[in-house]
Amino acid sequence: MTTIAQRAPKSVSNFASERPQCSLGMNDRIKRLRKESFDATPSLSIERALIETEFYKENYGKYPIPMLRALNFMELCKKKTIYIGKDELIVGERGPKPKAVPTFPELTCHSVEDLHVLNTRDLQRYTISQADIDRYENEVIPYWKGKTQRERIFAHVPQEWRDAYEAGLFTEFMEQRAPGHTALDGKIYRMGMLDFKKQIAGELAKLDFLNDPDATDKQEELTAMSVSCDAMIVFAERHVALALEMSEQEKDPKRAAELKKIAEVCRRVPAHAPQTYHEAIQMYWFVHLATITELNGWDAMNPGHFDQHLAPFYEKEVAAGTLTRDEAKELMSCFYIKVNNHTAPPKVGITAKESGTYNDFVNLNIGGIKADGSDGVSEVSYIMLEVLEEIHLLQPGCSIHISSRTPDRFLREGCKVIRQGHGYPSVFNTDTYVNELMRQGKSLHDAREGGCSGCIEVGAFGKEAYLLTGYLNVPKILEVTLHNGMDPVTGKRASIQTGDPQTFKSFEDLYAAFIKQLHYIVDMKIRVNNYIDKMFAKYAPATLLSVVTEDCITKGRDYYNNGPRYNTTYIQCTGLGTITDSLSVLKKHVFEDKTISMKKLLHAVDCNFEGEEALRQFIINRTPFFGNDDAYADEIAVKVYDDLYDAIEGKPNTKGECFHLNMLSTTCHVYFGKVMGATPNGRLAGKAISDGTSPSHGADTHGPSAVVKSLGKLDQVKSGGTLLNQRFMPSLLKRESDVVKLAQLIRSYFALGGHHIQFNIVDTATLKAAQSTPEDYRDLLVRMAGYSDYFNDMNDDLQQDVIARTENEAF
Amino acid sequence: MTFSRMSSLVQKTRLSEMALLFDIKRYAINDGPGIRITLFFKGCPLNCIWCHNPEGISPEKEKMYTLRKCIGCCTCVKACPNEALKFTSEGIVTDANRCKLCGKCAEVCPTKAMEISGTEYSVDYLMKEIEKETLFFDQSDGGVTFCGGEPLMHPDLLKRLLILCGQRGIHRVVDTSLFARPELVMEVALLSELFLVDLKMMDSGKHRYFCGVPNELILSNIRMIAEMGIPFMVRIPLIKGVNTDKENITRSAEFLASLPGIRREVALLPYHDIAKNKHDKLGTLYNQDEVPMSTPSEEEIHHIREIFLRHGITATVGG
Repeated sequence: MTTIAQRAPKSVSNFASERPQCSLGMNDRIKRLRKESFDATPSLSIERALIETEFYKENYGKYPIPMLRALNFMELCKKKTIYIGKDELIVGERGPKPKAVPTFPELTCHSVEDLHVLNTRDLQRYTISQADIDRYENEVIPYWKGKTQRERIFAHVPQEWRDAYEAGLFTEFMEQRAPGHTALDGKIYRMGMLDFKKQIAGELAKLDFLNDPDATDKQEELTAMSVSCDAMIVFAERHVALALEMSEQEKDPKRAAELKKIAEVCRRVPAHAPQTYHEAIQMYWFVHLATITELNGWDAMNPGHFDQHLAPFYEKEVAAGTLTRDEAKELMSCFYIKVNNHTAPPKVGITAKESGTYNDFVNLNIGGIKADGSDGVSEVSYIMLEVLEEIHLLQPGCSIHISSRTPDRFLREGCKVIRQGHGYPSVFNTDTYVNELMRQGKSLHDAREGGCSGCIEVGAFGKEAYLLTGYLNVPKILEVTLHNGMDPVTGKRASIQTGDPQTFKSFEDLYAAFIKQLHYIVDMKIRVNNYIDKMFAKYAPATLLSVVTEDCITKGRDYYNNGPRYNTTYIQCTGLGTITDSLSVLKKHVFEDKTISMKKLLHAVDCNFEGEEALRQFIINRTPFFGNDDAYADEIAVKVYDDLYDAIEGKPNTKGECFHLNMLSTTCHVYFGKVMGATPNGRLAGKAISDGTSPSHGADTHGPSAVVKSLGKLDQVKSGGTLLNQRFMPSLLKRESDVVKLAQLIRSYFALGGHHIQFNIVDTATLKAAQSTPEDYRDLLVRMAGYSDYFNDMNDDLQQDVIARTENEAF
Repeated sequence: MTFSRMSSLVQKTRLSEMALLFDIKRYAINDGPGIRITLFFKGCPLNCIWCHNPEGISPEKEKMYTLRKCIGCCTCVKACPNEALKFTSEGIVTDANRCKLCGKCAEVCPTKAMEISGTEYSVDYLMKEIEKETLFFDQSDGGVTFCGGEPLMHPDLLKRLLILCGQRGIHRVVDTSLFARPELVMEVALLSELFLVDLKMMDSGKHRYFCGVPNELILSNIRMIAEMGIPFMVRIPLIKGVNTDKENITRSAEFLASLPGIRREVALLPYHDIAKNKHDKLGTLYNQDEVPMSTPSEEEIHHIREIFLRHGITATVGG
């Protein structure tokens, strides 16, 4: 078996030979656990669905919904298989074993056909036995028919919405997973479940049934929260029992002692606040498992500023001599492996196409600043970077958070890990996102405690429900504008009529029509999103997540029902590079220089530039494109960005707050490209559109400094996150001084207010070789558009996409 | 090219307003400290057979043609006012007698398969380009590097740019062969902050054979700037078959060790044959004399470093 650690040191083609190889600090335990996690095949577990279906059959209608959900969660905690693996120090699995993924039929019930597809497809396969499929067919599917959240939603949506959705103008996140994207603050390290229960009891006692019309709702929600706390304790106690039982049977006295220790830790947390570094990690892990067991939130869950939360425990224990740095690192490694064991639950339909990945986006935020504004980097931060470099797994995703006061040493250490070419860590600008959060109305304190939850979207950790509602295919909006509301790919009507483009007299006419289409699409999406939001508030409250999210207890309201202190709704706009370059072509060649007529361009686009290669090449080579520090193109990008902001920002959501702009794409730009014909910028039909706010693939011909200058022209504080993928060839990172310059490039971008940047350090030869002999490159991690994935797990389109990105080859 | 012709070029002072450049490179990280922008002047008095920027040698505009990029649309053939172009099975062929280098073909070529190497830029334009990178200079203590070709072949423009950059506090590096009048070298040295100097080989006869000119002027200029205390970095291209023999390396080390001042570093640049691709584009022949040139092995580089070390000089590899 080829594991990542055993793979030969990088060849000269990727890295300078004189560079010292990173030391592999994994001890034998970690090597074994890592191998086990790496080798485990994702499988579907029907256990959760069976327990839940039984419970619903028995109890639906007997309790108020919040209580039903809490009791359902209690049932799962009581009945699910408890797993403690050999050598493990941090314990607990969502499924019965590592990478066994439960289903959530209350949200989306997979059909028998779905299960067969999942079991047999080549990529992102989830194994399931025929016996389990049969049981699912007989016991689970019949009960949930007509009752799932997905069916509720689709029964409601208007035809115009369906037309646009099926044309690929946008996607809808919440049609099969619960709204997630959340991260925690530090309160679970100060309070145990028993403390939360006390707080809940206090709020229950204060309820005023005479003067508060919501008192009964609050009572139901609070009681359910309390039951959820009990459920977590039950779950932990079952680990205590199993650990003690295993300890008694264990022949190796060292392992027997470890199991006793595990029992001790699980007895303390989550019932009580953790007292040690080990307990703190286990505390988080139990809360993590609980939130991804009660529901299936997009982007599972994330501890937020984990290094900042753990640092006080670490420092106290190291000073007292009860913990060594190596032990701390080993426990951290165990935690990383635990995260990697938790594959994302599989999706169906369009959502499976636009988000085909095992990654469940647990993005550990390392560094950053503390709530008082001081530097958040600690020894734990460096430990986390070391573990990241050594362990080299798909998950967790890690990001380093750089503010103007972050020491250069930390940034440089992060850049050294970037150079390894694993795709991690991505880099965030703390100063910019603190401004973003404050612009949205968060307090300074809460903004500083915030960060990035899954990909690049920011929120106030532990205090906010910030829901991503789906991606907006901005270039597709131009496509329908150029076809007067028709989708040229399907020939069906997808949107409103805004005029025949051949009648437009000026670029301004065209742009006005585009803006009209944009507003129509955005408004329709928001209308349906608000309905979906209400569905979750009504039918799928997340009572445990509400316990650990600030203000839900004091408000007596659920996470999905305006319980958190802040409630943001994001729409993620994709393809800024493609739309900018296309508009640039129209503006320059059609309306200004008049070198190409609108008729000719539309014809070329409609026939996918067949027979028009010279025209296509002329466009590609003779048009100012975004990402080159060229004022002509960059001004268009800024205009589009500002207009997206105007279309989305401030539209009310269901919680008395509002929608905000986000510029995330994850892997959706590939799906969006597939549903599009050729675009005026010379992009051929079916090819991926640009991701996030990155330039179009290959359009950035002036190097990374020009790219960051272009991106720096967007007023990024107005968004809830932008995304810049920068492919870097290894030749730019050969020497130690090159790493320093990479750090300086990052600082430069951040001085311009850049939100996020990430680097793919790969060479094309390696990628091509990986396509022909994938088995030799199983470890090849490529980071793109907000996440990392194994190259081999990507479909052909994604692989081509990675290869097509600009190479900054420099001799 | 002969030495006499080269010498006349050295003496030639260009008073034109426009600078002829063949490239401007941003995020240049191998041409001096920090993140830099590098300006490549066209024209060089040397003619090193391994030169990896052969389009930098001629001080005139040149046509470059990339067959791989050509889609055979023949737009250029139609656009040529002199009927100098023909489409053949090997792509577009230019009749050098008819071609007046007017650039029309490059202007209309949709794929940029046809290009004119060498663009005239005003000092104003270049200053704007340089200043676009100010942010990166500030963050990294970087600046501008004047490279070529040979920047000293454009003394007036070079000096004006150096003065303007100096006034704006932009760090200035000149990458030069030092095959120039000592007075000019001194003038430029006073306006810049660092010289990057190549030491190609010690034997003047060989130097003349491989680089088109003898090396006495270069060596004396190096000694001169060393004696004046002007900061400079020495770089040695390592071409097996040309200059990696023990004798040349030892003589190079002895020469550097003999220079006044503390001179403890030299950068070794192992040869690669990427120039071949550019010769194809220029329609010129790479390594006409078929000198056997290759990249020295890791082991050979190791030995070379040891020789320098024995003379108290640390040799780094790359950049």
